[in-house]
Formats: sequence, structure tokens, C-alpha cells
Amino acid sequence: MFETLILMLDATMRVSTPLIFAALAGLYSERAGIVDIGLEGKILGSAFAAAAGAAVFGSAWIGLCFGIMASVSLAMIHGFACITHRGDHIVSGVAINTIVAGLTVTLSMDWFGMGGQTPALTGDARFLDITFPFADALESVPVIGSIYSNLLSGHNILVYLAFAMVPVTYWVIYKTRFGLRLRAVGENPHAVDTAGISVAFIRYRALIVCGILCGLAGAYLSTAHNAGFLKDMSAGKGYMALAALIFGKWRPVPVLLACLLFGFLDAVAVRMQGVEIPGIGEVPVQAIEVLPYVLTVLLLAGFIGKAVGPKAVGRPYVKERA
Amino acid sequence: MPYAIELRDISKRFGAVQANKDICLQVPAGTVHGIIGENGAGKSTLMSIIYGFYEADTGHIEVDGKQVDIRSSQDAINAGIGMVHQHFMLVENFSVLENVILGAEGGALLKNGIDTARIELQRLAHEYSLDIDVDAIVEDLPVGLQQRVEILKALYRGARILILDEPTGVLTPQEADHLFRILKALKDQGVTVLLITHKLREIMASTDNVSVMRQGEMVAHRETAQTSKEELAELMVGKKVRLTVDKDEAQPSEVLLSAQNLSQFDSQGVKRLKNVSLELRAGEILGIAGVSGNGQSELLNVLSGIVPMDEGEIHFAGQVMTAKAPKDAAQMRDLKMAHVPEDRHKMGLVTGFEAYEAAVLGYHNSPAYNGKILMDRKTMLDECNERMAAWDVRPPNPHLKTANFSGGNQQKIVIAREVEQNPDVLLIGQPTRGVDIGAIENIHEQIVKLRDAGKAILLVSVELDEIMALSDRIIVMFDGAVVGELDAKDADERTLGLMMANAYNEEQGEEQEGVSA
Amino acid sequence: MSQAKVPAWVNIALIPVLNILLAFLVSGLVILAIGENPIEAAGYLIYGAFGYDEGIGYTLYYATNLIFTGLAVSVAFKGGLFNIGGEGQAYIGGLGVGLICLSLDHTMPFYVIAPLAVIGAAVFGAAWGYIPAYLQARRGSHIVITTIMFNFIASSLMVYLIVNWLKEDGRMAPNSRTFEENAWLPYLHEIFSPLGIEIGDSPLNLAFVWALLCCVFVWGLIWHTRWGYQLRTLGTNPTAARYAGIDTAKVTIWAMLISGGLAGFVGLNEIMGVNHNLLLNFTAGYGFAGIAVSLMGRNHPIGIILAAVLFGALYQGGAELAFEIPTITPEIVVVIQGLVILFSGALEHMFKDRIEGFFIRRAVA
Repeated sequence: MFETLILMLDATMRVSTPLIFAALAGLYSERAGIVDIGLEGKILGSAFAAAAGAAVFGSAWIGLCFGIMASVSLAMIHGFACITHRGDHIVSGVAINTIVAGLTVTLSMDWFGMGGQTPALTGDARFLDITFPFADALESVPVIGSIYSNLLSGHNILVYLAFAMVPVTYWVIYKTRFGLRLRAVGENPHAVDTAGISVAFIRYRALIVCGILCGLAGAYLSTAHNAGFLKDMSAGKGYMALAALIFGKWRPVPVLLACLLFGFLDAVAVRMQGVEIPGIGEVPVQAIEVLPYVLTVLLLAGFIGKAVGPKAVGRPYVKERA
Repeated sequence: MPYAIELRDISKRFGAVQANKDICLQVPAGTVHGIIGENGAGKSTLMSIIYGFYEADTGHIEVDGKQVDIRSSQDAINAGIGMVHQHFMLVENFSVLENVILGAEGGALLKNGIDTARIELQRLAHEYSLDIDVDAIVEDLPVGLQQRVEILKALYRGARILILDEPTGVLTPQEADHLFRILKALKDQGVTVLLITHKLREIMASTDNVSVMRQGEMVAHRETAQTSKEELAELMVGKKVRLTVDKDEAQPSEVLLSAQNLSQFDSQGVKRLKNVSLELRAGEILGIAGVSGNGQSELLNVLSGIVPMDEGEIHFAGQVMTAKAPKDAAQMRDLKMAHVPEDRHKMGLVTGFEAYEAAVLGYHNSPAYNGKILMDRKTMLDECNERMAAWDVRPPNPHLKTANFSGGNQQKIVIAREVEQNPDVLLIGQPTRGVDIGAIENIHEQIVKLRDAGKAILLVSVELDEIMALSDRIIVMFDGAVVGELDAKDADERTLGLMMANAYNEEQGEEQEGVSA
Repeated sequence: MSQAKVPAWVNIALIPVLNILLAFLVSGLVILAIGENPIEAAGYLIYGAFGYDEGIGYTLYYATNLIFTGLAVSVAFKGGLFNIGGEGQAYIGGLGVGLICLSLDHTMPFYVIAPLAVIGAAVFGAAWGYIPAYLQARRGSHIVITTIMFNFIASSLMVYLIVNWLKEDGRMAPNSRTFEENAWLPYLHEIFSPLGIEIGDSPLNLAFVWALLCCVFVWGLIWHTRWGYQLRTLGTNPTAARYAGIDTAKVTIWAMLISGGLAGFVGLNEIMGVNHNLLLNFTAGYGFAGIAVSLMGRNHPIGIILAAVLFGALYQGGAELAFEIPTITPEIVVVIQGLVILFSGALEHMFKDRIEGFFIRRAVA
């Protein structure tokens, strides 16, 4: 039983990683007042660019750079539409998701000609699992050994980075000047403007951070979790990250917990496939898969707690006559 | 000695509106300088220019005798100018400290800035008696303290010139008194204060000098000690060409609409309408005078059913409406109450609609405009054509988008729509706002004609002229409450002006709320 | 006031055409980037979509789905609501159609099944739109987020139902049994052939006619009924709607019911018209494409028909193009779609303000 739990938690960490990156990305964007349903597209775009870069240059790190560049470019398009041209945030997000869905397949067909995939990545072109020192030796120690060797050890660097990004984000958002201004601009851009700070500049910077984090999420999918790009491989992770962001009420630590919860549900769903639970019978996998979305809807409807987002989110900032 | 701030020939135009025209102003250092004027006189625009929110078209600003180039709020802050906005520019879920340091964090990390600010705020609090819990979250603070945060924000940035835009509009009398004590303390420390208000009492009680604005121009400068409320009221309102409307003595008959102790709270829980009672009789025009924002809009919205009342009751058409048993706008309309709203763009029209569509807004469910399933477009068009001819709407094109008519013609479309339904009671707000002179006369005649036909009319207007020309009876509102009622025959500009500034009773020797400055 | 000086054709025609040209231009650059000739590609695309009977049939078959989802998005849009859940509503609408067909095809004739299937599609699609609408109107949940969530919930629900309950016995494939032929919507080539008119075989079926009828219905509903009047008032000026005494919550909910119902009709075309069984993922992104169609069609049925035919042509022509030039995938069409959403939606102010400004200045001068 304990070993099963360790295995499931291990799976949870792997599945949660892209969610954590993407949800934190959304946190930067939405706390600055920009709705981002384009997380999905940015993850997908980065997954493709990272895999393509890694395949061509044989280095996962170079791939990661390409992934981040692709994702940041998409974030800048979003900024150009929403900040500079006061466009609708939702429409812009839908546009980006759609463009990326088509473009990744089109380009990968042209470049690699493998039915929309990139070549399988091997060796340095992938982020490989890191084994902690003495992991093998300690595995036999009861409980702690198993946690150390099987749960904590043996993930790739991006997994650890994702978890590290949570305290970093907390620190940036709550302890730095940038974070203070970013939160202010999402709540009351007029207050920021009258304090002599450019609203647009802060929002653009928030989107750059958002792009970098989505870039990490995408690169993780194609060069760490998997060994190459597959068509539509983001498979709704961006939307689930958005759900986690809402479920975590736009705060770093609760967002992490939401991502872990959603990741755990995924691990459970895989585990429960075809398993009879005494007294209940077989629980359909889909019922567990759908829980993150159902929970988020219930939260939004105010049935479990209350989700209050940043006040100015989604509204273009227009300087009005005072 | 140079002036703390001096404006030279500042002009600003928004489209066709000349908001400020050749404004000159000199404010000696260490004084409290009042700027007074009616709504729309251009006070707020002028202050926004000083604070760098807008750039003036022409003219320049000097601070301490040196010309400064203010293009952004940052420039204004650098020049030592601080502003307390009418609507606070605070991040509500931030602490007081966070709000104060926003934009002046003193480094990439907050820690140092917060520590410095904590000490500095203690000093400021001590010096100006501006005590506040610096770790409190702003939205938990009462309005008076929120305003204090705004003042602290400005002082923390080293402001030597402090602009306050209608600072007492949101305060209780006690809070207002405290504010004036603070302003006195600031002045004693050498801070120059610019106080913008439309309340004469505040000007008299707390300023050294006063400037009067009217229709975008600076019309007078006075030493406060050398002037009087009467003079200021007259300067503010101006000696306008008196509007006259030909009308006979009113023949009021039975009460058609009565309201008792109506109150309404806004979403923040602030009481916007305070125990208003009134009676409206058939065949009379009851004018509601007051500076805008003193509860008139709320009164119209509550009476017409757009916003539910929170206390009190309305008696109309044999029915009683209360907070528990309200009627919505559609039901009030069915009882034959018509409403010409104050803001035709925001409320009275859908500017994207063609004229004939906008001409049935609110009456779109009426059988007259509907067949079994579809709306009867032909009837709507025919009627719109007729009305456009009768009301001289130009161009008489029912298919033109409402947005494309001039203000006066839009207003005629709205008034025609409401009047032609033959209501018993007509609520009408700002009937001639943004309407050209020629159309004003026509609209006024129609209102009187309606009265003579035995309708009851409630007229809300910020134009004193209009109130005096049309009304048979006048009620004055101030701060959400009725502060005076008089027969139109006894009304003159001075009396009304004093009532609107809630200074009339004092004038009569009945001090209501003392200002201990 | 100044708007009066902008000729009507600028907003109706010039700006949409400009947006689509820009989208084509950027896609042309993409094609150029992968080393093919965009003009040649356009040639294949146009030929594939309109060059022969079957091609036209396929174009209109794709357009059928897009008309339904485009109308769905635009009805909600007219009320100021962004229904991004067309995908899920279409999916569940298809479930309604499938259930009717599966339960009645052995016992009932076509003329009984068809109207019931129409009702089933509408009711199921509307039901899926109802919950987000209710939550928005009564509990203030943001409709965009809830409809996104409902797309995923729909997807999981369908997998569960088809795999566990509706799958054909003894088969692995996740789809239901094939309906009897009396539960098939007739193909248009079958309808025309007895009349002596021979058109090429294509999946184009009676649902296309229904889509056109829906356009007429939506046009009448929005522009000629009092409900439509209330909807448009709410969508353009909510304050005026309250002034006019319109029950905004009720109008919101009905708008989403109608929107969901229209999206559900995709199920008629796909399930009853073409696939003849209930299967997974038959909506294939039509719900999202509906956003592009409605944006381009300026939320007007005629515009939507034109935009749907254009996108239908892209789908069909794109397939032809991929056949002729294998390095170009049909997904290029998705790119174009996304670019249209970007230019005519998110970046609408970029040109609009400038072009209108140009006409205003010219009128003044």
C-alpha cells in the first residue's frame, strides 16, 4: 500500500510539473490584469520549438531556449493585442491557441516530415532524470528511504525547477517592487498610473515572465516528460492550469496545491483503470479526470468557498477624464 | 517671494468642449487656496493638468518661480505636487504601507522601502496628526481614513503642494472637520494646499484665498476674509441671461405620486439617498435643484424602479412600493410613469440602434409595436416618422443610427418617446444637457404643455436657470437629503445657491454643523 | 456624431476584407517559409473547394457545421456573452441526436425520427449551455471560464457514455452501432438525382438546408422579435436594459439556451447526416472555428453564411492542397482561422480606428 502511494505521488510530481509552470505563468499574467486563456497555445508552441531545437542541435538546453523564445513571442502578440490595441483578452487567447495548433503541425511536417511529430530525442537532447546521491543505498531504509529514493530522487531538473518556482514566485509577487506594482496594476491600474508608473510597461513585463514559464512547461512536455513533439501534445494542460490558477485563488502556494491535487487525480485515474473498489464497484476513469473542471466550476459558482480574481482583470486600461 | 505654484494662460480643449480657457492662477506658498465653481466649470480638468494627467494645449506652469514641464504624474510628483483624488487612487486589498510606497519603493526589494516608510509615516503622523494603522488593509478602513492614506501618500513623496479634489464629498461632517484640522496643520508646516470644492461653507471656513471658475474660465480671485458667501455664490452662478418660459399659474390638483422616507445605499454601503419624502401633484412641475452628485440621480433611479429602494415607500397609481415589495422599471412604466433619464447615452438610448428602434426602448413589449411573433416594424417606422415631424427631429430619418444625431435631436427622440406614451407622471432629468439653444426652448415648451394637460412632472436639473424658469415648486437636495423647499415665486439665485451649498440655514443664523477649523 | 461620416461599406465590407487579406498574407508567408509557392497553393485550394461538384459539396458540408457554431457564438455575442463552449454543446447535442436515432431507428419512420432528432440536438445542446448561463446570471461565475470547463466535462462524459454504454457489443472501436437507414439524413445528391439533376457525391446532406433555415430563424429572432430587441439592448448597453425594465438574467439564460441549441445541430450534420453512428470527437474543433466565423461574419446571418462558406472552402481546399503539395498540411487552414480571429477579433481596433479616422478627416476636409 505504501509503495503504491509512493508510486502515485511520484507520478503526481511528473504530471503536475507542467501544470505548475503554466499556472504560475497565468498567475503573473492575471495578477497584472491580463486574462490568459492562451496558456495552452504557449505550452504547445514551446513544446514544438523545444523539441525541434533539441532535435536539430542535440541539446535539451538549446531546445529549452527555443521553447522559451517561442512562448515569449506568443505572449508578446497577446500583449500587443490586449495592451497596445486594447483588444479582447479572450479573443486574443483563442486566436493564439488556434494559430499555434495549426502552425506547429504545419512546420513540423515541413521540417521533419514525420506526420507532425519531431524525431525521437535521445541522450543530451532530453532532460534526463537525476538520481540523488546514495539513492540506491538508502532505498532499503523503511519509509524515509523510499521517499528519498523513489519519490524525491529520480526526476529531471525541470521538475525540481517547477517546485522551486513556487517560493520564487511568492517572493517576487509579495517581496519585490516588481511584484507590488504587478499586483497593483491588476487591482487598480489608475492608482498605478497616478503614482507615476507606466501601466503598459508593467503588463508587458508580466507577460514576458508568463511566456518564460509557459516555455518551461512546453519544453518539459516534449524534451523531458516525453521524447519529442506530438501533435496537440499540450492536450488541455493550459486550460487545466487555468483551472488550477482559479482553484488556487491566484496565490502561489494554493495554486501549487491545486496543481498537485489535479496531478494526483490524474495519477489516481490511471491507477484506478479497471479496478473494483469494494462496495462501490468500478469508478469510471472519466469521473476522476473530470473532477478538476467540476471542482473549479463549483468554486466559481460559490458553492465551495469563493474565487475572487484580481479586480481589473480582463479590462483594457483606458486613461479617462478624471 | 515667488508663488508656490503659478499657472499662466492654461487652455485645454476636448473636441468641441473648451474645458479650460486662459487660466491664470497664483498661489502663495504656505496658504490654503480654494477653487470654487459649479459642476463642469473646469476645476477637475485644471487640476488634472497640474497633476500631469492631461497636457495643456497652451500655457505653462511654474513651481517656486521656476517653469516646470509636467507631462506625466511622475513629473508632477517630482515637482513636489501631490493630489488627493475625488475617487481615491488606492489599491483596496493592499495595506496602508504598500499603498504609500507604491511608485516610491526605494529599491527593487520591498523590505527596505517598507522599513523606511514605517519610520517616515510615524514622523508624518506625529507632525500632522495623521494617525493610522499602517498595516491595516485599505478596504477595511472607513472612508475618512482612506483619504488620510491618500494624503500620506502625497506627503511621503515629499509633496509641498497638495491638491484636494472635492475632498469632503465622501466624508461625514466629523470626518470633514478632522480633515480641515489636518489641512491647517499642513499649512502651518509650510505646505501649500489647493482645495477644490463647490461647498461655500468649506471655502469660508478653511481657505486664505479663493478663485472662482465658471464655464472653463477663471472669473475672480478674492481674499477669503474680504469676500462673502453671497458674493461667491453670485460669481459662481454668474449673471446669466435669464431664461423665460411663458407659462400660466399652475393648477395643481390631486397627489399622483408620493414618496416617504426613501433611502438607498450604494454597493459600498454608503447611504446615497437619505430619507427623502416628497409629493407630486397633477398639473405641477416640481423642480429638484442641487449640485450634481447630491442624490438626484439616485432619487430618479429609485422612483422609476431601476434601482430598488432600501428604505421607505412610494405611493403611485393606487399601489404601494416598498423595499420588500418593489416594482421594476417595466412595471412602473405600465403604471404610466415615464422617465427621461439624466444621461441619454448611458441610459436613455442604445446608440448602436437605429432611431426607430431607440424610439420604443422600454415600450418594446407594448402590443402597439408587436404582432403575434414579430415586432411590427411598419408601425414603429410610421410612428417614428410622425414623431420626428412633430418634434422637428433632424435629420428626419428613422433609419439613422441614434449615435449620429446631435445631442438636441437625440434628446427629442427620448422625450418624444416618453411623452407620447401619455404618462400620468413624468420624471425628467437634465432635459437640456448638451442641447443647443434652439432646441432648449422647444423642449421647455413641451414640458409646460404637458403640465397644463394635467400631468405631474418631476424635473431634475443642475441648471438653476432651468429650475427657476420651469418649476412651480422647488426642492433642494444636498448630500442625499432634501435641505429646503420653496415656492418658485420665492426663489432667487442667491437663496438657491446658498441652499445648494447647504449654507442657507447658517445664513439664517441656525448653525447646523460647525466647522472648527 | 463623427461616425456618421464613415460610409457604411467601410465597416461592413472594407474592414473585414482587409482583415482576411492580412490573414491570407501572413499564411502566404508561412507557405513561403516552408518553401512552396503561395499563389500555386491558393490555386489548388480554390480548385479543390469550388472547381468541381464534389468539391463544392464538401465545402458546403463543412460550411454547415460552421454555420451552426457561428450562429451559436453570434447569438450569445449579441447579448454581450462570450460562449466559448460551442464545442461541448455541439458534442452533447450530437449525443441527443444519437440517442434518438439509436432508440427509434428500428421502430419509427424517418419523418418521425428527424423532427425528434432536431429537438434532441437542440435540447441537449441547450442544456449544456444552460448551466454556465445560470451560473453567470444568478451566481456571477464568469461564463468564459465555465464554458471552457464544460467543454472538458462534455468530452469526458461522452467518452464514458460511448465506451461504457453505447459501444457496439463485441467491438473495440469506441462508437455505437450504425443506425438503420431510416435514421439517416438524406444526402443532397440523393435528393436531386430523382429530379434529374445529377450532382457529385459528397457528404452534403439535408442538415445544410436546416442550417440555412436556422440563419433565417436567427435573423428574425434577433432583428424582428421583442426578445431579440431585448437581447441587443442588453448586449450593447446593459444600463439602458435596466432602464428599459429588461430582466437581464432571464435574457442571458435564454441567449445561452438558444446558442447551445444551435451548436447542438452540428450533431445533426455529423451524426445523422454523415457518420450514421455516435462516435468520439466528431466536433473536431468546429465549436472554436465558430468564433472565427462569427467574428468575420460580423455576427450577422448573411455574414456568417459567407464566412462559413469561406472557411468550409478552406477546409476542403486545404485537404486538396495537402494532397497536391504534400509538404503543406491541412492544418494550414487552422493557422488561417487563428489569424482571422487575431486580426478581426483581438486586433480589431488596429485598423478600424485608423480607417475610420481617415474617412472622418476626409469628410471634414
